[in-house]
Amino acid sequence: MGRYVIRRLLQMIPVFFGATLLIFLMVNVMGDPIAGLCGERQCDPATAAQLRKEFGLDKPVWQQYLTYMGNVFTGDFGTAFNGQEVTELMAEAFPVTIRLTIVAIVFEIVIGITLGVITGLRRGRPVDTGVLLLTLVVISVPTFVTGLILQLLLGVDWGVIKPAVSPEAPFNELLIPGLVLASVSLAYVTRLTRTSIAENARSDYVRTAKAKGLPRRRVISRHLLRNSLIPVVTFIGTDIGALMGGAIVTERIFNIHGVGYQLYQGILRQNTQTVVGFVTVLVIVFLVANLLVDLLYAVLDPRIRYA
Amino acid sequence: MLLEVRDLHVEFRTRDGVAKAVNGVNYTVDEGETLAVLGESGSGKSVTAQAVMGILDVPPGKIAGGEVLFQGQDLLKLKEEERRKIRGAGMAMIFQDALSSLNPVLSVGDQLGEMFVVHRKMSRRDARAKAVELMERVGIPAAKERVGQYPHQFSGGMRQRIMIAMAMALEPSLIIADEPTTALDVTVQAQVMDLLAKLQSELNMGLILITHDLGVVADVADKIAVMYAGRIVETAPVHDIYKAPAHPYTKGLLESIPRLDQKGQELYAIKGLPPNLMNIPPGCAFNPRCPLAQDVCRTDVPPLYEVSGERGSACHFWPEALNG
Amino acid sequence: MPERYDPDEAVAPTGAGGVMDLATSEGETLEKLPGGPKGTGPAELDPSAPSGERARSLWSDAWRDLRRNPIFIVSGLVILFLVVISIWPSLIASGNPLQCDLAKAQEGSQPGYPFGFNGQGCDVYTRTVYGARTSVTVGVCATLGVALIGSVFGGLAGFFGGASDAILSRVTDIFFGIPVVLGGLVLLSVVTSSTVWPVIGFMVLLGWPQLSRIARGSVITAKQNDYVQAARALGASNSRILLRHITPNAVAPVIVVATIALGTYISLEATLSFLGVGLKPPTVSWGIDISSASPYIRNAPHMLLWPAGALAITVLAFIMLGDAVRDALDPKLR
Repeated sequence: MGRYVIRRLLQMIPVFFGATLLIFLMVNVMGDPIAGLCGERQCDPATAAQLRKEFGLDKPVWQQYLTYMGNVFTGDFGTAFNGQEVTELMAEAFPVTIRLTIVAIVFEIVIGITLGVITGLRRGRPVDTGVLLLTLVVISVPTFVTGLILQLLLGVDWGVIKPAVSPEAPFNELLIPGLVLASVSLAYVTRLTRTSIAENARSDYVRTAKAKGLPRRRVISRHLLRNSLIPVVTFIGTDIGALMGGAIVTERIFNIHGVGYQLYQGILRQNTQTVVGFVTVLVIVFLVANLLVDLLYAVLDPRIRYA
Repeated sequence: MLLEVRDLHVEFRTRDGVAKAVNGVNYTVDEGETLAVLGESGSGKSVTAQAVMGILDVPPGKIAGGEVLFQGQDLLKLKEEERRKIRGAGMAMIFQDALSSLNPVLSVGDQLGEMFVVHRKMSRRDARAKAVELMERVGIPAAKERVGQYPHQFSGGMRQRIMIAMAMALEPSLIIADEPTTALDVTVQAQVMDLLAKLQSELNMGLILITHDLGVVADVADKIAVMYAGRIVETAPVHDIYKAPAHPYTKGLLESIPRLDQKGQELYAIKGLPPNLMNIPPGCAFNPRCPLAQDVCRTDVPPLYEVSGERGSACHFWPEALNG
Repeated sequence: MPERYDPDEAVAPTGAGGVMDLATSEGETLEKLPGGPKGTGPAELDPSAPSGERARSLWSDAWRDLRRNPIFIVSGLVILFLVVISIWPSLIASGNPLQCDLAKAQEGSQPGYPFGFNGQGCDVYTRTVYGARTSVTVGVCATLGVALIGSVFGGLAGFFGGASDAILSRVTDIFFGIPVVLGGLVLLSVVTSSTVWPVIGFMVLLGWPQLSRIARGSVITAKQNDYVQAARALGASNSRILLRHITPNAVAPVIVVATIALGTYISLEATLSFLGVGLKPPTVSWGIDISSASPYIRNAPHMLLWPAGALAITVLAFIMLGDAVRDALDPKLR
C-alpha cells in the first residue's frame, strides 16, 4: 500500500509540470502578457520594454516558466489586469466554483447511481430503455443549450429560480446550474453504473451469494453494489477536476462569478497571470482528485491494496 | 429419499431460438449417498444442478416442467423466500472456479460468517469465530490469522477448501459440487476430493458430484448418471458401469480414457460433436455419432430401458452395447 | 465533450482514467497469465490463420447483428442523410445561406420558409441545411486526425511497452489534466482565420490522448492472446505480429470510441462557438447560429431550436451508431 501511494505521488510530478508548462506555452502563444497592463491604451515602447524586463519577459520561455513556478511555490501568483492579486481573485472565485462542483457531484452520485442501479437490474425492461434513451438525449444536446433552455423555462417563464445567480452564490441558487453542469457526467454515471451492475450481476460470486441463500437485498447491497461501484467511484472522482474546469459554460450562462468567469475574463483581456494561475490550481485539484481516487480504489479493492 | 428430480425440463430463450438444455431428467440421491453426474460440457448437468438449487438465471432460463422433491417437498412450488431459506441451510453448492466464485472485495471470514449472520441470526463476532472454526475444519493452517484475508491471497487449493467450508457451514443435508476439482492441480485435486468425502461421511450428507472426469468418479461415487444432450442416457452403480457400460456413449467415454495397459495404441475418440441444443436431432440425440445406430434411432426417442434392478440405459440396442 | 466521455465505458467497465491506468500498470498481477501451451495447438499449423479467422468471424458476426438492430439502421440512415446533404446541400435547400434580408429579422415560420428567419433575416432552414456540411467536416476531420495519431502512438506504446509506454502514459496524463473547453478558449482566442481548420487542429491536439489510451489498452489485451504468443514463439517478426495478429483484433474498440467521439466533437464545436472562440462568420455552422440566437431565446426561440435540434440529432446518431457497433462487437454483453 505504501509503495503504491509513493508510486502514484511520483507519477504526479511530471504530470503537474507537464500540464502547467503546456498551458504556459499555450498562453504565451495567446498574446502579449503586458498588453493589458497599461490599462485600456497601448503601452508606449519604453514602458513596454521596462515592464518586459521587470517581469523577466525578455528571457527565454523556459526561464520564465521556472521563475513563475518558483513564485507559485512561495504563494505568489502575480497580479491580475485590474491590479488585484491573482490570489485574491482565487479566494473569491474558488469557493463559488467549489460549491457549484459539490452540487454537481451530489447530483451525479444521487441521481446517476440510483438510475444506473435501477436500469442495470432491469436490463431490457421499459424503465431501462427509457432511461437509456434519456441519457443519450442529455449527452447529445450541448450543455449550453440545456442550460439556456432551463434558464428560460425555470428562471424567466415560470420564475422558479433566479435566472442569474447572485454574487454570493449560495447553495440554493446553485441547484439548477449544478444540475446543468452535472448533466452530461450524470448521464455517463448512469450508463457506467448500469453496465457495471449488469455485468457483475452475471458474475460467479453473485451466483455464489444466491446459492448461499442470502436475501436479494443483501446480494445486491453487499455483493453486487460494492464491486460494481468501484469504476463509478473512479469516474466521479476523476470528474471533479473536469467539472471545475468545465464550469466555464455553466458559469457564463448563469452569470456565476466563479473560476470559469475569471478565466474567461482573463482570456478576453489577455491576462496571462490570471489564466496561468487559475489553470495551475485547477491542475493541482485535478491531480489531487485523481490521487484520492486511486487511494479510494485501493480501499475498495483489496486486490490493489495487497498487490 | 433426500432428493428426487422428476422429469425436469429447462429451456433457455435466446435471440437465436430456444435452447433445450434439460429434457426430462430423473435422478435420486439418498442421505450419505454420492451420485456422480457425468457428461460433456453442454450436456445439461450443471443446468440441472442450478435448477435444483434455484439459482438459474430467469430469464433467459426457464423451468419448463418437472418436479424437484427435496425431503418430500416440491421445491418448484415453493415461494422464493421459502426456497431461499433452504439454499445454504438445507442444500449447498460448491463451484468450479473458487477464485471467481468468491467475492474479491470481502474477506473470507466475512463470506463464511455471512452464512451464520443471515441464516442463524448470529452476531458478527460469533460468526467470525464460527468462520475460524470452519476454516480449521477444512484444514486451512493458521486459520485465526488468515480469517481476515481476501480470496486472492489464498492458493487455489485453499480457496476451494474455503468454498467447501462455506457449503458445509450450516451442515446441509445435500451438497452439489459442480466440477469441484477441475481448476486445481492434480495433487491438490485428490486432497480436495478426500476432504469432501470425509466431511460427507461425517455429516451423512447426500452429494451430487458433477464432473466430466471419470477418474474422480470411480473412487467416491456410489452411482453414476451419464448425461447427453439434456437427458440421462445411462444410470448405474459405479462398478457396473466400469465393468460393462450399457450405452454406446458411456462406452465411448470410458474408451477415451488413456490407460497404462494400452500403451502404444491410438486413443479412442467419439466421432463428431455434441448436438446443438437449439436443434437436437430427432430420435436418439446420440444417433449421428453412434456406431450402433439403426433407422429406429433416427426416429424414436429411446426410453430408459431397465437393464437390471438398479441399471438403466436409454439405448434401443442396449444389449448389444452391454455385450459388445 | 471529449474530456467528459468516459473511454472505458466503451470497451470494458474498468472505470475511468485512473483505473484504466491501474489496470495495466499496477494490475498486471491481477491478470491471468497467458494460457500456456494449451493455446499453441492450432497455431502450429499456420500462425496467421487463427487471428485472421477470429477477426473475420468477429466482424461478420457483428455485421449480422447490426443488420437486425433497429438502432443501427436508424442512426445509419440519419448519418447517410447528413453526409449526402453536406455534399449536396442544394438537393433539399434552394436558397443561399448568406442571402439575408434584415427586414425579416426574427420572423417566424411562413410559406417557403418553414423554420423562419434569424436575427439577420437569413433563412433558418437554408442555414440549418448548410450547417450540416460544417459540422460533418469538423467531426469527420477531427476524428480522422485523432484516430490516426492516437492509434499509432497508443498502439506502438502498448506493443513495445517499456520506456516508450511510460512516456506516452505520462504525456496522455498531462493532456487529461487540461480541461478541453479551457484549452480551446486559450488556444483559439488568438485565431482570426474563419476556416474550420484551426478548430479541427485544436481538437486533434487535445483529443488524440483519449484515443491513444484506448488503442494502447486494446493492443495490450490483444498482445496477451495465446495466438500472438504462439506466433512470437514461432519467430514471427514484430511488424508481422503487429499487422496480421494485433491490428485486426485491437481495432474494434478504437472504431467504437472514434464513432462516439465524432458526435462529441460536433458538439464541442458548437460549445466553442458559443464561447466566441470557435468558428466565425461567414462560415455557416450550427454552433454559430445557436450562439448568435441565444440572446433572443425568449422572443424568437425558433432561431435557436432548429439548429440546436439538428445538432442534437446528429450527435445522437453518431453516439447511437457507436453504441450499436460496440454491442455487436462485444460478445460479453450478449
